[in-house]
Amino acid sequence: MTNQYLKQIVNKNYQYGFITAIESETFAPGLSEEVIRQISKLKNEPEFMLAWRLKAYQHWLTLSPPKWAHVNFPEIDYQNIIYYSAPKVKKDGPKSLEEVDPKLLETYKKLGIPLHEQGRLAGVAVDAVFDSVSVATTFKTKLAEAGVIFCSFSEAVQEHPELVEKYLGSVVPYRDNFFAALNSAVFSDGSFVYIPAGVRCPMELSTYFRINAANTGQFERTLIIADRDSHVSYLEGCTAPMRDENQLHAAVVELVALDNAEIKYSTVQNWYPGDEEGRGGIYNFVTKRGACRGKHSKISWTQIETGSAITWKYPSVILQGDHSVGEFYSVALTNHRQQADTGTKMIHMGKNTRSTIISKGISAGFGQNTYRGLVRVLPQAQGARNFTQCESLLLGDTCGAHTFPYIEVKNPTAKIEHEAYTSKIGVDQLFYCRQRGLSMEDAVCMIVNGFCKRVFNELPMEFAVEAQKLLEVSLEGSVG
Amino acid sequence: MLKIKNLHASIQDEKQKTKSILRGIDLHVKPGEVHAIMGPNGSGKSTLANILAGREEYQITQGEMWLDGQNLMDLPPEARATAGLFLAFQYPVEIPGVNNMYFLKAAVNSVRKQRQLPPLDAMDFLTLIKSKMKEVGMDEKFLNRAVNEGFSGGEKKRNEILQMLMLEPKLAILDETDSGLDIDALQSVAKGVNSLRDPNRSIVVVTHYQRLLSYIVPDVVHVMVKGQIIKSGGKELALELEEKGYGWLNENVEQV
Repeated sequence: MTNQYLKQIVNKNYQYGFITAIESETFAPGLSEEVIRQISKLKNEPEFMLAWRLKAYQHWLTLSPPKWAHVNFPEIDYQNIIYYSAPKVKKDGPKSLEEVDPKLLETYKKLGIPLHEQGRLAGVAVDAVFDSVSVATTFKTKLAEAGVIFCSFSEAVQEHPELVEKYLGSVVPYRDNFFAALNSAVFSDGSFVYIPAGVRCPMELSTYFRINAANTGQFERTLIIADRDSHVSYLEGCTAPMRDENQLHAAVVELVALDNAEIKYSTVQNWYPGDEEGRGGIYNFVTKRGACRGKHSKISWTQIETGSAITWKYPSVILQGDHSVGEFYSVALTNHRQQADTGTKMIHMGKNTRSTIISKGISAGFGQNTYRGLVRVLPQAQGARNFTQCESLLLGDTCGAHTFPYIEVKNPTAKIEHEAYTSKIGVDQLFYCRQRGLSMEDAVCMIVNGFCKRVFNELPMEFAVEAQKLLEVSLEGSVG
Repeated sequence: MLKIKNLHASIQDEKQKTKSILRGIDLHVKPGEVHAIMGPNGSGKSTLANILAGREEYQITQGEMWLDGQNLMDLPPEARATAGLFLAFQYPVEIPGVNNMYFLKAAVNSVRKQRQLPPLDAMDFLTLIKSKMKEVGMDEKFLNRAVNEGFSGGEKKRNEILQMLMLEPKLAILDETDSGLDIDALQSVAKGVNSLRDPNRSIVVVTHYQRLLSYIVPDVVHVMVKGQIIKSGGKELALELEEKGYGWLNENVEQV
């Protein structure tokens, strides 16, 4: 009885699955040095960019895809992927919102993205990346007054090549892993943020990513630099159309925090997860890493992962500066045939560095949810502290939860705490709620939201509400 | 208000063996009455309370249950609740991360919706709940804690009574609400229950001990042994049981 109800609740449809008919400039599928030269040329990149891309490509050729994650999928044919697709524009690209294709704006409207200023959430600046290129950035003027640079990656390469050259690949080198190398070779756009010294960014910055074209890989790259004594909060959201084939998303995000700087990076990831039988959906293979380079700097990752057929990502923090702080708050939900292998790495190098990891995994249907985390304390990291808490919630008996914590401590003064547990959504809890008059659906949502509360509290206000709704939708009809 | 006719129920144990727990219960509770169900451990008292509330692990093999003319058999637990049945749990459940006040508000408004009343707005709700908390001797800080999480035994039971007062049920079933309570808590729980006594409401108190019944004086006392009600009487029956125990009644139990 209970299980049947649960099943009904957890099955709702993906509401961002529409396709926008838009004219695109698209490469033929396949990857070669020529393709990379083309991308670089289209973007009118300086020599150092092309050289870096080609080095990455040469390195990528020597690598094979990682096999250690607790996920299963057929081998990807990298020659069958389109590496560049962009909505067609008249000349050099839109100079203002008026030049952006109205169909594209319509798409963003459907997604509920506040691209037009009048429709915006107060105080949120949005950079929207559609397939491979960044379409428009709102609020440029206001940000410029504060000295904040927030633009597409392509624009940053043109306008601020010295910053790009200095920081690109400095946190995630192209040699880092298979997908990072691929991204470095072919990435076509993304977001770039620079917060000057002493500036508190006057608004939340936000990027929306959308994959539209079929068979297209999305390889965006985000680089955020917070100079000393600065502060920024950044949010990314992701959606994609429903398609039967799987699509690859291999992004790289690099964060750099200098002395006393703070970066808060929040993700609401809702790529198309595939259908009930596991057909289609996005392969989300992402490398995210932040470097706390300065003293007393802080980097905080918060992620709500409800989409994608497969999620493979470990937003990490390298705690180089003394007294620096790293945080990771995560809710990952897998329903139907979704698989998630996610977690974090906290690398303690500086003295008195602190890190906190709070991970909540929710599995429903045939979903498989894995937490994989590494806490490493290097010999010179006097007084390092870590607290880790991993909790898994199982809805039904056909899903799975797995935890792989790795702890390496090379300094005897370190204090590491690790808590982990797995629980099944309690029959007792459900009965209790229902006895008080709540429907099965409301009861499940309430219990799951309570389970995630610690992480939702870390999200900016508007997005906490969005995340809660998203979770409810993702759970609909899935509790089995 | 509550009518139970020849109710039989069983449960499957871990070895998939069927164990019969209720063996022909008949019970009639009129509006305004308070009934006590007493009996030794394992006699099926709590099972009866849970089956009335719609717990799904039990199989009802025979019999009927009616609440105020409504057949309970066809209703899921939430519909029984909104129809006016309230169960104060023997072991109230913790729900981490869910605010106690938020939970209660959702429950109250769900019940109000069924009764075609508009939802209470935040201010009215707060005023109401604060006055009820006073009645059961609960500190206001419990409003902002997670439901039952880290509550002591007594605090959990007070919280149950608070929920009952807020939900104003037609039929309240108290499942060993007195277990694990000190005398102060027992008195505030009894005070809460007595404040709910009303000609249009029925209360069923499930308990081991006579103690609670000195504070909540029942109209009828039933003794349940091995899944059957073997004796019913007035409030003096409770005192007799206190004195003599349950042993002397065993001859009344039908052999299986």
